Order: sequence, then C-alpha cells, then structure tokens
Amino acid sequence: MSVRVIDAPTDSALARRFGLERTLTLVARLREVGILLVLLAVVAIVTIQAPLFFSVSNFEQILLNVSLIAIVAVGQTTVVLTRNVDLSVGSMVGLVAFATGDLLKENTLGVPGAIAVGCLLGLGLGAFNGLLVAVAKVPAIVATLGTLYVYRGLDFLVAGGKQVSAIDLPRDYLGIATSSVLGIPTLIVAAALIALVAAYLLRNSGAGRELYAIGSNPAAAEVVGIPTHRLIFGAFVVCGLCAGIAGVLWGSRFGSVNALAASGLELQVIAAVVVGGVNIFGGSGTVIGAVLGAILLATIENALRILHLSEFWLLAIDGAIILLAVGTDAAIRGYFQRILTRTGRR
Amino acid sequence: MRVRVLGLIRRWETLLVVLLIAFVVLGSSLSPYFLSASNFSDLTSNLMEKAIMALPLALVIIAGEIDLSVESMLGLASALLGFTYALGWPLWLDIPLVLVVGAMGGLLNGVLVTRAGLPSLVVTLGTLALYRGLASVVLGPRSVSGWPEWFTNFGFAYVPGTLIPWPLLVFATLALAFLFVLHRTWIGRQIYAMGKNKQAARYSGIDVAKLKTYLFILSGVLSALAGVILTARFSSARADNGQGFVLDVVTSVLLGGVNIFGGEGTIVGVVLAIFVIGVLRNGLTLADVSPDTQSVAVGALLILSVAGPTLVRRISAAWPRRQLTSPVSNS
Amino acid sequence: MTEISPVLQLTGISKRFGAVQALIDVDLDLIANEVHALVGENGAGKSTLVKILAGIHRPDAGHLELDGHELVLSGPAAARHLGIAVIHQHPNLFPDLTVAENVFAGRLPRNRVRGVDWGRLNRAAEKLFANLGVKQRVSVPVRGLSVADQQLVEIAKAFSLDARVLVMDEPTAALSGREVQRLFTIIRQLRGRGVAILFVDHRMEEVFEIADRVSVLRDGRHVITAPISELTPADAIRHMVGRRLETLFPKGQAPIGEVALEVRGLSRSGVFADVSFQVRRGEIVGLAGLVGAGRTEVARVLFGIDHADAGEILVTGKHADIKSPTDAMRLGIVYVPEDRHEQGLVLDFSISANVSLPIVHRLSRLLMIDRAQEGRLAADYSKQLQVRSTGVNQAASGLSGGNQQKVVIAKWLATKPTILLLDEPTQGVDIGAKAEVHRIISQLAAQGMAIVLISSELLEVLGMADRIVVLHEGRVAAEFDRDEASQERIMAAATGQAEA
Repeated sequence: MSVRVIDAPTDSALARRFGLERTLTLVARLREVGILLVLLAVVAIVTIQAPLFFSVSNFEQILLNVSLIAIVAVGQTTVVLTRNVDLSVGSMVGLVAFATGDLLKENTLGVPGAIAVGCLLGLGLGAFNGLLVAVAKVPAIVATLGTLYVYRGLDFLVAGGKQVSAIDLPRDYLGIATSSVLGIPTLIVAAALIALVAAYLLRNSGAGRELYAIGSNPAAAEVVGIPTHRLIFGAFVVCGLCAGIAGVLWGSRFGSVNALAASGLELQVIAAVVVGGVNIFGGSGTVIGAVLGAILLATIENALRILHLSEFWLLAIDGAIILLAVGTDAAIRGYFQRILTRTGRR
Repeated sequence: MRVRVLGLIRRWETLLVVLLIAFVVLGSSLSPYFLSASNFSDLTSNLMEKAIMALPLALVIIAGEIDLSVESMLGLASALLGFTYALGWPLWLDIPLVLVVGAMGGLLNGVLVTRAGLPSLVVTLGTLALYRGLASVVLGPRSVSGWPEWFTNFGFAYVPGTLIPWPLLVFATLALAFLFVLHRTWIGRQIYAMGKNKQAARYSGIDVAKLKTYLFILSGVLSALAGVILTARFSSARADNGQGFVLDVVTSVLLGGVNIFGGEGTIVGVVLAIFVIGVLRNGLTLADVSPDTQSVAVGALLILSVAGPTLVRRISAAWPRRQLTSPVSNS
Repeated sequence: MTEISPVLQLTGISKRFGAVQALIDVDLDLIANEVHALVGENGAGKSTLVKILAGIHRPDAGHLELDGHELVLSGPAAARHLGIAVIHQHPNLFPDLTVAENVFAGRLPRNRVRGVDWGRLNRAAEKLFANLGVKQRVSVPVRGLSVADQQLVEIAKAFSLDARVLVMDEPTAALSGREVQRLFTIIRQLRGRGVAILFVDHRMEEVFEIADRVSVLRDGRHVITAPISELTPADAIRHMVGRRLETLFPKGQAPIGEVALEVRGLSRSGVFADVSFQVRRGEIVGLAGLVGAGRTEVARVLFGIDHADAGEILVTGKHADIKSPTDAMRLGIVYVPEDRHEQGLVLDFSISANVSLPIVHRLSRLLMIDRAQEGRLAADYSKQLQVRSTGVNQAASGLSGGNQQKVVIAKWLATKPTILLLDEPTQGVDIGAKAEVHRIISQLAAQGMAIVLISSELLEVLGMADRIVVLHEGRVAAEFDRDEASQERIMAAATGQAEA
C-alpha cells in the first residue's frame, strides 16, 4: 500500500557502511603509523646523503632536543582537545626557566625547592589562562595572545637584561641534563614518562574522556552533565604545569637562561601537535601522536643541520607544516563526510 | 545598523578618549619631556607602521576573521626589499614588487580561509611562521643599509615646513579612506553584514568568499607597505623587523571597540586605540621601562578589552528581563 | 495488556511563543507497554510537546504527572534523571568517541585503580545492543555511523538509563525501509519490557504498523485519541486537516502568462531526485510536502546556494546556469528563506539596511550609499506592505515576526524579481499579518510575478496556489490543479499513501 520510493540498501551497501566505520578507526591510527613512516623515510634519505646521521649519539641528540618540546606538546594537546589553544606556552616556559635559574643562582631554596617553585609557577600561569578562558569567557586566541606578551614582559622585567649562566647554576642541577637512567638520558626518560602518564590519563580517566567529549560536541557535553568550565580550566592548568616542567629543565639543558628563552616555542609546539594528528577543532588526537610529530620535526631540524642547509628554513617549515597538516586533515574529513551523506541517507 | 549600536559605540569611543587623556596625564607626570612637540612627533613616528596595519585588520575582524600574519609580512617585505636592493635593483622596482608579494601573501591567507574553509586563526598562525621564516631565508641574519636619502627621509623626516612625519601623512590618508569605505560605502555595509550574520549575507547575494579574500589581500599589501616604511625609518632592512608588532596591532583593533566575533567596530575607535597604546608606550619609555616590559601593559589592555565587555554583558544579562521565546528564534 | 493508570499524564498543556500559540489545552497520557503515536501536520504542536516532555520548555499552563505525582522539569537533565528519555530528530552524539562511550557518556564505569573500565564498558554496551537485537560494534567512533545507526545508539543510551518513558521524535525521517523494520522490532521489545513509548510520526503506514493508540494534534489542540483498531489512515488524515470553512486567503484572479521557470529532472544526490515542474507568470505554484521532503533543498538549488547533480533549470525557456545567488538574482530569481533570523535578516541592521542589502551597490554613487534613497526605498515598501515599525531606522530585531517577514519580502521585491521563491512565509506569524502577507502574494501574482510557495500549511497552499506539486522523500508524488486538490489528497500524497 505504501509508496516508499527509495528502498532499503542492499547488503553490499551495508557492508560499505560497515567498512566505513572500520576505515575511520584505521585512519586515526594510521596517522601515528604515517608519521613513523615519514620519519623512517626522512631518516633513510638523510642517511644516504650523510651517513653520519645514522648513529646512536645523533639520535640521542635529536631526542634530547625533542624532550622539552615534547613535554610542552603534551600540555598543548590537552588544551587543543577541548577546542582551545594556548599561544602563551613559550612565554610560560621562558618565565619559569628564568625564575628557576634565578632561584638556583641565589640558592635560597636549594635545587628541589627551586624546581618545586618553578612547577608551581607554571601551574599558576596556566591557571590564569584558564580563568580568562573558562570564567571570563575570553576566546582562547585573544586570552593567550595577551598572556604570551604579558608573561614574556614579566620575564623581561624580572630578568632586567641580565642572564643566568652555567657558572651560576649548581652542579647537581646542571647534571640533570647530562645524567642518564639505565643508559638513557634523564631528560628523555622524563619526557617519555610524562607523555606516557598523560596518554594513559587521557585514554583511561573519566576526566580525560570528558575532555575529548567537550571538544567533540560542546553542546552535548553540557546536556550530559559534563562540567565543561571546570575541565577547560583544568586543561589550561595542565598545560601550564607542563610548560613549568619544561621551564624548570631548560636551564639544565641549555646551561644559560635569559629573557629570550623559549621565544617562538609556541609555534614549534603547535606544529608538532598539528602534525601529530590532533584535530585543531578538538575531540580527537593523542599525546603520542603529538610527541611523534615533535620527533619528526626535530629530525627534520637535525637533518637540515647535518646536510648543511640553512637553519633559517626551520621557521618557514614549521609554518608550512601547520598549513599542510590542517589542510590535509580538513580535506580528509570533508571527503569522508561527503561519502557518509551519500551512503548513510538515501 | 546605526540605531541601537550607535549609542553603545559612542560610549566606547568616549571611554577611549578618557583613557587617552588619562595616559597623557600619566605620561606627563612621569617625565617633563612628555608634553613636548618633538616627543609627540617621536611617539607618532614609532606608531605609524602598526597603525597602518591596524586599519585593514579592523576590516578583517569586523568581517568575522582574523589575520595574525601581519607582522611577518612586514618582516618579509623588509627582507625582500633589502635583498633586492642589495642585488642592485632600483627602488622604483623593488617597492612595487614587495607590495605585490604582500598581495600574494594575503591571497594565500584568503584562499585557505575561504576556499579550503580552514579557520583563519590557524591559517594566519601558520603564515605568521611561514612568512617570517621566508624572511629569514631571504635575508638571513644580515641587515641591509645604504639607502638613498629620499627613501630614508620618507621614513623619518617631516613634510617640509611642518612637524608631520611623512608616514603620518600616509596613515592619515589611509585612515580617511578606510573611514570612508567602512562607514559610507556599500562595501562597508557588506562587511558589517558578513560579520554579523554570514549566512544572511550569503543569502542576500553577497559574495562572502570574494570580499573576505580581498580583505586579506589588502591586509597583506598594507603590511608590506608598513615594512617598506619601517625599513626607511630605521634605514635598515632586516628579517626580524616588526617582530612583536602583532600584539599592538591586534590590541589597537580590539581595544578600539571592534568585536572579536565580528560585525561591530569603527575606524575612529581603532585610531583612538592606536594612539592610546602609543601614548602608553611612549610614557613608559620615558619612564625607562623597556619595550618588552611595556608589553605587559599592552597585553593586559588586550585581555581587558575583550574580558571587560563580556563581563559587563554577563552582568547585564543577569538583570531580570522579559524573556521572548519564539519557535523561529535561535537563542 | 492495558495498564489502567498511566505512567505519564499531561493535562491542559498550553504553550505560547511570542505571537504564536503552539499548544492549547492539550491532554495526553502515556501507558506502560504501549506505543502511543502522535500525529499532526507541521506546526500542529508535536515538536513543542516533545520539547516539553524533554524538559527543554516549560508549559505556560497545565501540568504533568509522573506515576500520579506532580512533575516540574527543571531541564533536560532532570527529565533524564526521572526516566524520561527523548530521542530527537537529529542525534546529538560525540562523533569522536566510541559507541560505548556515547551510550554511557557521563557515567563511564570506573575501576578504582585503572580509571575507565573499558572491559566493563564495552561488555555492558554489547549486552545492551544484544538485548535490542542489534549487531553493533561498540568500539568504533560514532563519526562513521549512518544516521540510522546513530539513532540506535541514542536508543541504546535511553535504554541504558532504564527509561520508563521513551519519546521518539520523527525517528524514521532518515531511515530506509529495512532500517525502519529494525527500529520497529526494537520498539516492540521495549514495549514488552514495560516502557511507555510516544512515537511522533507523520507516515501513516508506519503509524498503523507500530502504534497501539493514536493521538491527533491540529493547530495546537488535541483532536482525538483512539486505539489504532478504531481508526483508519483516512480517518487520521481527516482529523489532522479538519474541515474548516472560513478562508483567510484572498485569492485574486491573475492572468497567467508564459512559462517563467521550468525545472526538469532536477536531482541532488541524497536529497531529491527527478524533480520537474513549471511556473508561469502570474501563477502561484504551491510546493507541498512534509518537512524533509526536499522542498527547501530544491529552492536552494534554484537560488544558487547549492548545486544540482543532474537536471536542468530553464528561465523563460532558456537554459540557466545558476552557481551563486548572484547568478539567480541576475535571472530574476529570488528566495525568501524559511529561517528569517539566520538567513533572511541581519537582526541588528535597521529596516532600511536590511531592505537595501542585496542591491546596496546599486543604491550607491561613487561607492557612497545614497542613504536618502535607501530610506525612501524602505519607506515605500514599508507602506506598501504595511510594515508596522517606529520608522525605517528601527532595528529589525525589534519587529514582530510578521513584520520581519514583510521586511524580508520587501528586500527581495526591491530587486525587481520575476520569479519569487517563498519558503514558509507565514511561519510564526500571527493571523492578522498572515492575511496581509497572503494579500501581498496575490497582488504580486496579479502583477505578473511567477511564484513558488513552499508551505507545510495545507490551508495556505490550498487557498493561495493555482497548482500544487507535492514532494515526498525527494520525489514528486503528485501534482494537482486548484480545483482537484483537497487537504486529504495532499496529505495522502505527502505521507506516501497511494492516492485513495
């Protein structure tokens, strides 16, 4: 009796849709595999040109370079997952780095004390960002663009043109960067630990899953009763803490700290995060991906140096990579969306 | 459009004038040199490149987008200018070339935002890095000097017989042009419409993509122009010229009353805000505060200019009001 | 099988939005182990009722009772908490999270040490789907799921909340025949478990297949509730449309001229297929059908907002390539959109600024807008269309719905079009203004304009149109001349019934 014009999909159509679900999960995991493949490709190409590249000590160098950026990338990932961004990470790292260095120079609190203060400072700076975004509802771009300069300015104020040099810093502190745990440099272990803990928490804790929910569908998150404001605030605090940790380790790694430390770090971190497959609109992406992205970028940086290519290309490459990664992701997503509308409906 | 909003704008611009006066008073109390003609002239000179970049940025933000790459385009323009000049190419060729590159940079931004549909925040963050990076590639750490006198005069000398620096003349002309376009022409009307309601604008036959792309191109060209002027003023082309400018430029626009979400703002407000920041910086410089530390104040202004109205709006929303619900409404 | 005391009782529910009375004194009761269908035309009040049950709106009058206790819902969370699960037309899930995570969003099972207990979560989700008799992989992201599958996730979610009342708002809108059957099997299972189900739908064959009782809403009022065995689909349709005799629609006689617009085999994959019709100068063609039938989508293609995948558009006999609204406007085609606020007007702009928006470049000399001319234009149209305002400088946001609609019409009339596409022009407009808008439309036809009137209001279509084209699920289901059309015939075609 009824005139249902467009009828049930055949079994093959159902299978196509079934395959689509699987494909999407694959693509997500593919991202990390993809980065690894590109990484291997880069390593292969460069090694052919310059065999010196392929050595344990060189790889160690790369990972050491990456370690601090990776730590910051973990924090940035947490923020980006909620559909926000933190442009002030570079300034937070710099401010904490100088403050810690200064404290160590005066040696008022001892090494553990200085490190603790540094981390707390990072936490506080992140909390201020969180207040601006979650409570005062200032859009994250504006808020963190502002704090990028406010924190850097405070850094200059505190530094007063001076710098903290290696001679000013206690031996044990400097030793952190050169020491190793079971043969692996401490910094790399620290970064790996932080990344793994964060990855675990994001994957398995209730709060972690709720962060993804907020980025995936903010309106639905509210309906389901997720405390979005509190969680966004928390994400910025975590980002600040990560920046704080990186800042605390900065002096040890580089030996000297001035007010310009970590300038421009935010761009490197965002590039790493974006390359690592973290969706700039929030809701998807992993810390491991971000770290792999950071490793890839650091490898390219190292390769440029080894091949005696101008290091001045680095910033341009970071920029181009941000554009390419975001563009490609949008293209892929659009492609799937179009397929879905055609098979999912009539 | 003028109706309800006019009242509010008047209030915001008055606030800016008050702020301006307050900072002038503050400045004069910090230093005896503050209220001198030569100081004001100095103050203005330092401001002009940022001021010139703020004008198109205001239009971009009113249209509902943002352009963070302005300072890097300035740097790229400066670097290219220096590079080509050092090669021996004549300036009458270099300068237009640099402006064309500015247009192309803006075009890239525009295409990525309108055709690829990428958010302008991320795109211009990427080009902020890309253009500055290209500037480094072009010129490296070098600086190029040895410019002809007419060129450097254009940068820092005055119009003969007056205390008006040439760049101020350029800025004033541009400001008047922007004032005209935004507030009197149909182009301005379309920009406001896009910013207030992109869908309705599209459904009214406005080519949103084309207009936005033109605005980005304009931003690119004027950033390049600012790069030329800065190079002339410093008598030095460097890849890192203009580093950090984006703060002042964005703050001028937002402090000037332009709504970060689009659809609202005036040129008068932006110009006032430019000078508010200029006076603030000048005052602080005279008080021996380093430019980098001054950024704390400017950054705070940026945050307050957005946080302030939002908090005010929330307070006034909490006031008991008659609720009008409608099935066609979207609130 | 009948439980005498209802789980959920609504008594005397009324709700008004601005000028429109959406619900008037409606009674409804939901009984456990029963599927209660709710039918009615668009605008009959079904959605409003659903939103009240979901806790999104509060009724102005009347009360709800749950198990005999007075119920006041403070919001959607409260409704869910009390066991009232509502599945809206469009799923509201987290695309990046897995099916299992979506089902248990906000209540993920935790393990004290290890955080989220994935094993328990997935097993619980699998069990739910098994209970529903559905094969669904629970660890895939929702993003890849079809609308039908997403809906099942929403149902599983409701099921997991031990809902006692399940409200489903037009759940079959985007489903294929096979998917509908799958849905019905699940509904029957839920019914068997003591859930009271409210099933809002407009497809008669579905209603009569699944429901135990049917309630009809018309113009915000409850018309009848009866067991399904005591009604036929024709009866239901009759109750939905009523037999009102007064007409508000002055229909003049306009001379009908040449074919101004012809659509041939127009198709847009996934949205509509093989749509063909003609509109002559002076003629009003009503485009009837249910929400989602594809009428607005056809209009959007005609106006250049979207593009067709196949088919042809001819304007006065000549092939037309419409790639943007500007192209359409150049051909004399204009579109008065369904959503006044999001698409029709810039609310913060004045009446003048809104009216001039599409032609503001033509009202300018040397780039400058001639404000005097703009004001005169707005004043002229204001007078002609009887727009009630404090002046042409008043912001559009301050006008009533009817007057806002007139401003949108004025805006397009100012472009001097030849083909006018009207999409639900009197939606949310009070009776008085409605009549005025209809008068305007008739006048325009008399002046030779070719008009396409998209409307879900049968009386409006019957009163205004010279010919009526009915769309059903993206295809032309029927075409009637004015004299052979009737409410029942239109509704039958719109709901997919073969012609009686």
